[in-house]
Amino acid sequence: MRWLDIPNLRDIDVYLANDGYAAARKAFFDMKPEELIDEVKNSNLRGRGGAAFPTGMKWSFIPKNPAKPVYVCCNADESEPGTFANRYQLENDPHGIIEGILITCRAVNAHVCYVYMRGEFALQKQIFDAAVEAARAKGLVGPDVMGSGFGVEIYTHRGAGAYICGEETGLLESLEGKRAYPRNRPPFPAIQGAFGCPTVVNNVETLSNVPWIIKRGADWYKSIGPEKSPGPKLFCLSGHVNKPGLYELPMGFPLKDLIYDVGGGVFNGRKLKGVIPGGSSFPVFTAEEAVKVNMDFDSVRAAGSLMGTAGVMVMNEDTCMVRALRTVAHFYHHESCGQCTPCREGTGWIEKMLTELEAGQGSMADLDRLISVASNMEGNTICVLADSLSMPVKSFVPKYKDEFIEHVKQKRCPFRAQEAGALRAAS
Amino acid sequence: MPKVTIDGKELDAPNGINLIQAAEMLGSEIPHYCYHPALTIVGNCRMCLVEVEKAPKLQIACNTMVAEGMVVHTKSDKAKAAQRAVLEFLLINHPIDCPVCDQAGECKLQDYYMDYDREPSRFELGKKVKKGKAIDIGCDVMLDQERCVLCARCTRFLDDVTHTSELAIFERGDHNRIDIYPGRKLDNKYAGNIIDICPVGALTEKDFRFRMRVWYLHRTPSVCAGCERGCAIDIYENHGKIFRYKPRHNPQVNGYWMCDEGRHSFKDLQTERRITRALHQSGEHLVPESFSAGIRRAADAIRKSGESDGARAIGALVGAQATNEEIFALKSFMNDVIGSDVIGGMSYTPPGLSGDDALLIRANKNPNTRGLQAQGIPLDGLDRLGQAAASGQLKTLIVLRADAARALGEEEFIKRFGALDYMLVFDTDANNTVQMANQVIPIASYPELEGSFTNFQGVVQRLNRAFDPPGEAKPAIEAITDLSMVLDGVERPQSAERIFAEIAAREPAFAGLAFDSLGHNGMKLANA
Repeated sequence: MRWLDIPNLRDIDVYLANDGYAAARKAFFDMKPEELIDEVKNSNLRGRGGAAFPTGMKWSFIPKNPAKPVYVCCNADESEPGTFANRYQLENDPHGIIEGILITCRAVNAHVCYVYMRGEFALQKQIFDAAVEAARAKGLVGPDVMGSGFGVEIYTHRGAGAYICGEETGLLESLEGKRAYPRNRPPFPAIQGAFGCPTVVNNVETLSNVPWIIKRGADWYKSIGPEKSPGPKLFCLSGHVNKPGLYELPMGFPLKDLIYDVGGGVFNGRKLKGVIPGGSSFPVFTAEEAVKVNMDFDSVRAAGSLMGTAGVMVMNEDTCMVRALRTVAHFYHHESCGQCTPCREGTGWIEKMLTELEAGQGSMADLDRLISVASNMEGNTICVLADSLSMPVKSFVPKYKDEFIEHVKQKRCPFRAQEAGALRAAS
Repeated sequence: MPKVTIDGKELDAPNGINLIQAAEMLGSEIPHYCYHPALTIVGNCRMCLVEVEKAPKLQIACNTMVAEGMVVHTKSDKAKAAQRAVLEFLLINHPIDCPVCDQAGECKLQDYYMDYDREPSRFELGKKVKKGKAIDIGCDVMLDQERCVLCARCTRFLDDVTHTSELAIFERGDHNRIDIYPGRKLDNKYAGNIIDICPVGALTEKDFRFRMRVWYLHRTPSVCAGCERGCAIDIYENHGKIFRYKPRHNPQVNGYWMCDEGRHSFKDLQTERRITRALHQSGEHLVPESFSAGIRRAADAIRKSGESDGARAIGALVGAQATNEEIFALKSFMNDVIGSDVIGGMSYTPPGLSGDDALLIRANKNPNTRGLQAQGIPLDGLDRLGQAAASGQLKTLIVLRADAARALGEEEFIKRFGALDYMLVFDTDANNTVQMANQVIPIASYPELEGSFTNFQGVVQRLNRAFDPPGEAKPAIEAITDLSMVLDGVERPQSAERIFAEIAAREPAFAGLAFDSLGHNGMKLANA
């Protein structure tokens, strides 16, 4: 994408010089709101925040003549472990996001957009706020966008550092100043979102795809990657690869090539052991599975996992999968908001079991119990945080069962023993 | 009226009710902790998960509204498994200290464990999350955070009902705890309700805890006499000692709640000031005697007064503390036995008590002012009878549950009523007026009698006898008929039910009502 190549794109003059805000101009002067929604619908753009919901359809759920104002929320609470795309966009392409917000507001007839950033994005908020002010100075944001008579106001809001605020209804609660307890649905945010008003919540990356669709058309967009799951995608490659980083590639890019070509192969020349394809919430692929998968929403789903945020985490053969899963469990235990019983109690229980297992104090019964507790959590809560731990547990345990059994049999972690040996040898 | 099928039973359900309510209409319970009909639905406990046909996954019954053709299974294997799983999750960090927990016996964790689980724990001891115990959060409420299931009923009550929001959930995940905001205390007049709605032993009453196991308590439906609202209550007592009042649901009076003043009002009923024997004046003092001797002595005095000064020299003062039946019994006694129509009412509220509020509390602290008025007795008794007494027209006064001496102050009372020849007082406690009486007859207090009150909205509700009156005290309606029996030898009805039937027949406001049909929620007066 252009912003990786153009220096200082965050400067509004550079952005404008590179055809910036042309899509917004087109959206405000050449297209009707319904046409905008149809164009995005036709593009098959799917939400980049993890759930992969068709964006155009989400917009079309907003009532046509609502009695209350409509709001747009930009979800910049990027907190899925292994994901770092939004952060980069906020820092380097704030105007791309603002342009997407303008078009979205125009499409759903909203005059206010709240950008909800995670608490840790202090610097990113500074950069983004400066970009909003620069856009305001040029008449691109404010009561009369580009002289169209249509006003769009953008407010940024920083959270206080809770993962659950990235869940769209948790985000709305937090935005309203409440504890970020996700809401029961229905009503969906499109009907009752922020402050009881119809609201569209879109991820940063989703919104920044919108100007391209408007500028170049749905057909062009669909020509990138598989038709049902098209477009450019930011892949956050981390873990045991030689060149971790953020890569923009077409949807449907083979995971094998992502690791071995783009990522420069597995770290230290070791063998690949497993890959989590979409941020820590989703089932792990074994090495054999991983090399066969193409990275788009439908292919990854067909292969038994989900692409989520495309936070690709690579693990080589030195990784203790019990410890890896415990780390995942620790995260979800720590981040569970505690509203629903199964998640509140289950995440902690699973972490405690995994901690014992990893320390060699577990039993064979724990393996079945892990699966059973994870199953009891899954699908039984208001939001999907419980599923986000249940899915890894239900994939790690059966796929790396031997390793779990070794921990029980040896009454210790075989990898820790290796590490200790290596340390002794080094000293 | 959408037609729904729950566990094979069909129901034409009213629009807008949820599956818990629909199941209730079919006589079955869907287990739940967080759902409360008077609070906003949050769906956090996940105990009410049920199978709804055509839904991709289990649904929470509390947040699923009935819809045409909906088919629900609340006891299918899938639903049962989910309910069991939730119960298991709830119990892993629960201290399971039932032997020392006050809630034992009326705890939803215990109840549902017996109904849905009965399995030993799969969670090893010693790893539970530790939280605060025995925290005094104010207003007589004690908090145990470890027993809490975080259903948020208490916080929702304080947010939605009292709008005081003293409690909130702090921390995250399994460290979540209910707590008071730093530097604050529970500070509202309805705090006791959060103890009632807490489904587990997290919130207990400072006053009640460790004093009585709930299974030794007997429950009797009654009405709070603390103000003219007349909240429906349950009296919980053991061998004639009251341990607590709890609100009883009555949609037309108090909903699910009651105020703390009313909740603690039973403490004034069982004090050392209680009169258990008849008393008569002897010189400066009141001297005890038997109940029947007291009645005979009173009858003699009334007869003599009537003979010497005429029937209209005998008057009666009745307080708005008396039941409908007591008022009627006294009124008929005056009309039929004495032949006097000199009857006055009194509705007195001592100063310094809470005024009307937006929820339940009423400034008028008399439970039956409306009932007194509905029987045509004006509330100007202190003035009208006081004038008559001061002018010498009134020689004998019969007082029923009316502490006139307190209402007027001693000096004013003597100014108005000091010239009386004779004052007969029916009351429960040794109040200021009793101290000045010539004759005192001990009567039953509210938990000890059958009767009814008419609240300020005109709702007539029943009081039931929870236990017998102490000593020789008798329900006032019996005492009055005893007195009339001695005077004219005519047998009159002594039961509240029969007296109520006469009220309904003779007082237009009460037309169409019957004691038995008052039921749990009471009935409204004809003109209310």
